[in-house]
Amino acid sequence: MEYALIIISAIFVNNVVLSQFLGICPFLGVSKKLSTGIGMTGAVTFVMIIATLVTWMVQKLVLEPFNVQFLQTITFILIIAALVQLVEIVLKKVSPPLYQALGVFLPLITTNCAILGVAIMTIQKDFNLMESVVFATATAIGFGLALVLFAGIREQLDLADVPKGMKGTPIALIVAGLLALAFMGFANLA
Amino acid sequence: MNQWKNFSKGFFKENAVFTLLLGMCPTLGVTSSAINGLGMGLATTFVLVMANLVISLIKDVIPEKVRIPAFIVVIATFVTIVEMLMQAYVPALYDSLGLFIPLIVVNCIVLGRAEAFASKNSVGASIVDGLGMGLGFAMALTLLGSVRELLGSGKLFDISIYPEDYGMLVFVLAPGAFIALGYMIAIIDKMKKA
Repeated sequence: MEYALIIISAIFVNNVVLSQFLGICPFLGVSKKLSTGIGMTGAVTFVMIIATLVTWMVQKLVLEPFNVQFLQTITFILIIAALVQLVEIVLKKVSPPLYQALGVFLPLITTNCAILGVAIMTIQKDFNLMESVVFATATAIGFGLALVLFAGIREQLDLADVPKGMKGTPIALIVAGLLALAFMGFANLA
Repeated sequence: MNQWKNFSKGFFKENAVFTLLLGMCPTLGVTSSAINGLGMGLATTFVLVMANLVISLIKDVIPEKVRIPAFIVVIATFVTIVEMLMQAYVPALYDSLGLFIPLIVVNCIVLGRAEAFASKNSVGASIVDGLGMGLGFAMALTLLGSVRELLGSGKLFDISIYPEDYGMLVFVLAPGAFIALGYMIAIIDKMKKA
């Protein structure tokens, strides 16, 4: 498959949040302000690329040769959990400013289903290593795009006159629905 | 604690989906029909009950520092069991739920109950808690699935209620999931205050 096709498909057509429903918790949780949304995007991008790289290699070099693919779920989630810890420790030592920016979001990422979802999807789609990395990067960009758009709208929403019963979560979900509807316009792009 | 109260809190007062907003990914992702919602809900219930059972049994043996990884291993084990069972006995449902079955492992409800309840309470209470929370989740998913299926394709559990041509297709697609859940949370909030 061509890389351009993978990228456009992962960012717009099959957007990870708005059409695959992965990573909804951070999408709703940290989207109240634009700045936290950008921080979360950075952390997710970082972990998603590393996690996909490692899980892909473990799948091809360990699980498949030994014919134990049924251990995939357990292995992948443990790798991701360990990796998040590792990234946190390394970042703290190597780049304190980056750690300051991403630190609070890192522990939340272990239970971000987008990370595990992408790791499993690359195996299901039978990507090679390069395609997997491109796919992970594009998915992370798609996640960031949706999150930043949504956070921008929610900041404006604070000023809007929303009916009393719809305030808070309900209106946020409906806005997300409209955003998803807009993204459906990309459907025939790739 | 009163066992009945412990069981019933998952349905209304502390319903995972409608009040705690946990487990949003499967809630939105698989509820394009009532039967998918029910299947996902029951699979999650099984994992919840079994994980709560095992974790409450071994809670005294696990060192404090590694408890989260230990919980994740227990949960992932049961998710793998569910995955294999579904693949063997309900292949059609397995195919339509797809990616969301392995993703039960990162469902915040399961880890949340393990951490907040099973690691502190007795075996019996933990099973009841898991069952209540799980069935509450299954109820929410089935409800959302029914609404979307009925509005979107005019069916309910695959039984035709009105002609499909009059259905609003958008409710079966991705945007409809967000919009339907938004309105349902608003209605349930209103009911709770009344």
